[in-house]
Amino acid sequence: MTPALRALQDIVGPGGLLTDRVDLIPYSFDGTAELYQLPLAVALPSETAQVAACVRWARENGVTVVTRGSGTGLSGGSVPLPGCLVLCLARLDKILEVDPLNLTLRAQPGVITKEIDDEAARQGLFYPPDPGSMKISTIGGNVAENSGGLRGLKYGVTRDYVMALEVVLADGQIARLGNACVKDVAGYSLKDLFIGSEGTLGVITEVLLKLLPRPAARKTMLATFSSMRAAAEAISAIIAARIIPCTLEFIDQTTLQCVEDYTRIGLPTHAAAVLLIETDGHPAAVADEAARMEEIVRRHGADEVQVAADEAHGAKLAMARRQAFSALARVRPTTILEDVTVPRSRLAEMVGFVSETAQRHNLQIATFGHMGDGNLHPTFLTNERDLEEMRRVHHALSEIVDKTIALGGTVTGEHGVGLAKKDYLKRQFDDASYGLLRCVKRALDPGNLLNPGKIFDLEPA
Amino acid sequence: MAKASLRDLDYKVLQQCMHCGMCLPTCPTYISSKLERHSPRGRIALMRAVADGRFEAGQDLAREMNYCLGCLACTTACPAGVDYGTMFETARAETEANHSSGGPMRRFYRWLVLEQIFLFPRRLRLVGWLLRTYQRTGLADWVRRLKLPYLLGRKIGDLEPQAPGMESPFSDGCIAEVEVPPAGIPVRGRVGLLSGCIQSLAFGSVNRATADVLLANGWEVVTPRLQSCCGSLHAHNGAPELARRAAKALMERFELDGLDAIITNAGGCGSHLKHYAGLFAEGDLATKARAWDAKVKDIHEFLVGTGFRKPRNLAAESESVRLTYHESCHLSHGQGIRNPPREILRALPGFQLVELPESDLCCGSAGIYNILQPEESQRLLERKTGRIAGTAAELVATANPGCHLQLARGLQQRDLPVQVVQPVVLLAEAYRREVSP
Repeated sequence: MTPALRALQDIVGPGGLLTDRVDLIPYSFDGTAELYQLPLAVALPSETAQVAACVRWARENGVTVVTRGSGTGLSGGSVPLPGCLVLCLARLDKILEVDPLNLTLRAQPGVITKEIDDEAARQGLFYPPDPGSMKISTIGGNVAENSGGLRGLKYGVTRDYVMALEVVLADGQIARLGNACVKDVAGYSLKDLFIGSEGTLGVITEVLLKLLPRPAARKTMLATFSSMRAAAEAISAIIAARIIPCTLEFIDQTTLQCVEDYTRIGLPTHAAAVLLIETDGHPAAVADEAARMEEIVRRHGADEVQVAADEAHGAKLAMARRQAFSALARVRPTTILEDVTVPRSRLAEMVGFVSETAQRHNLQIATFGHMGDGNLHPTFLTNERDLEEMRRVHHALSEIVDKTIALGGTVTGEHGVGLAKKDYLKRQFDDASYGLLRCVKRALDPGNLLNPGKIFDLEPA
Repeated sequence: MAKASLRDLDYKVLQQCMHCGMCLPTCPTYISSKLERHSPRGRIALMRAVADGRFEAGQDLAREMNYCLGCLACTTACPAGVDYGTMFETARAETEANHSSGGPMRRFYRWLVLEQIFLFPRRLRLVGWLLRTYQRTGLADWVRRLKLPYLLGRKIGDLEPQAPGMESPFSDGCIAEVEVPPAGIPVRGRVGLLSGCIQSLAFGSVNRATADVLLANGWEVVTPRLQSCCGSLHAHNGAPELARRAAKALMERFELDGLDAIITNAGGCGSHLKHYAGLFAEGDLATKARAWDAKVKDIHEFLVGTGFRKPRNLAAESESVRLTYHESCHLSHGQGIRNPPREILRALPGFQLVELPESDLCCGSAGIYNILQPEESQRLLERKTGRIAGTAAELVATANPGCHLQLARGLQQRDLPVQVVQPVVLLAEAYRREVSP
């Protein structure tokens, strides 16, 4: 061990630093396909002061820092860089406080997202953002990626629930941004700069989250359609009827089959498309909305509408949907997940374009996603070892991205840019706004040590 | 199918893992360490690195793969359907074969246990008899008081009290080779009963109960004498060749054609017994193994699947005893059997089944893991007995001899007055009480 690493070892204590190959290989990736890189070392700090000391150590030694939680990201945001220090915050895993008067929850970044909502539930409260990986993703990672989830349509995304952050800055200082006040216009909203910054501006060491009262009732239903277009039209009709359900998910046949293979809960695998619809809130409102939506989807060609018998059954259906991405890995060895998002009114067009693109390039693309908020997950089922097919995949991807931008959409709705979507970001941003990204990065991390080269490159290539 | 080395494995098996991380929150060793190397996807990354030539199948890999419980909780959690079991067995076989797993002493004990004792039912029974004599004559107390086992090394000294208590009689002594249902019960068919190795020595009464419930439900029971170990111990501990020998020997003990099913009552064995086909290359043995695999049924799965008779509720049993259920990993994760044991327990008059939180988290027994990795095993055991205490149950049911012994030991350590039982034993007792309350 070099003297520099020994100094780092002293900061994090025994068992807090990993440098052996057997320890590093398991940290050489996140949830993204195709991206692997061994780091120099992995540090596992257990308190904020250690995080700050690690960042100072990195600056003194000119080592780049890649922060991660559970490593479930889907754009390569936490994939190591050559020679970097991975700062794994999994051991900062305490829920520090639930405040039932201010309806807030304070937690360390390594707390699992689902545990946040479970803790809130114990007090009759609710933390709505529910990314597919909520059983294992960390809240720090969610904030850094500004994660979405199945309830985005009605409840918004992680950003809408962050009231304050504690952040270790690139120079090792600790900054507290925001507070428990609902209204706060004191200065720039600096916390917002760090939400979704993918570890490029600072290291989040504490979060203060907003909670809501837990909805008293919830109803889940599943509607089957014989075409994707019919399903998309039914969604438009629901929105046009001035109903905002909490979840409006779309699942195509391939995805449905894979999910059923795993869960065996009797999903209607014969359908070309399925909508998972969930409404929550006051029992009377839930009953009314559910009845109206059932009528609307039937009018728009739903073949069957299955209403969940009880909340447990509904939760099972929602959980099945959360497994969609991973379940798709059953079909082919490599699963490349996209995250393009378009304004809701352009959804049907986008869904059609994705399936045409798949045909044109002779590729298999399964599609599922958050239809209610325009966020699609076209997923390429392929094999990273088949280089010829991978070329076609990347062509098709590029076309889907161009179409998304042409429709006024965004290259990523909830997964972040990381490495996987870096090239596409340039197409979406104009020169002035792209320059602004660099300007902010230079101001906050002049040494370019925090996750450099993620989202964008500091210097034009 | 497990191979001799990770490089020989179909690469698709390794590639199937897309490292989404869904397995992490269910992996006992990840939960307690929060280190990726102790997680399923971390281990798969290491195994894939070996297949790619980026990492050596040496001591580091061996240590990691031996730290894995092989509980298969990850395969339940995995939406992608990754075949972790095959990778795990292959990696263990490779590191055993290249001697990365330990020194000559470990190899000697492994040879003695796997090769010289467990493959030979008569020798195993002799060991059982010696152990029983030692435990019953008061010799054990004297030996322990004099700390004699510690003369053989600290590890042996620590382990000696963990030796399972041997029952009298052994399984073969209390079950006839062929038994027919009592008069008045129409015969539905004929099944074979697997008596197991440890089960037949330490839990002869569980085998007796298994035969009883089968008879009570109209099944003729054939229990061949002197059955050998099913080989699960060998397969999970990196000895595929010995596992093949054990499987072949066991299959020879049964006349497959005349049997509607072959019944196992030990979760750990069942999950291996159903996958004999994977042990053999194409040929007669593979054909036979496929037929065998199709007939092997877990007792709970079989009873519920064929519709078992619910015991009659006697007026005297209005009082209800709190009962909870701990799932054997290889019953729940290995065979996907979760509800049938609960259905049986719910059918018992006079008992109230309460759910055990984390019922499907490993208790740390995991074959011989409690011997090889005592510290992690103890951590898991304490977590488990803590959960059991929380249910305020008087009884905990489980359907695997390893779990049974482990839980009993843990409850004793905590001084918890909770009895460990197996579901079929309770069912057999309930049938018995109908006749003579």
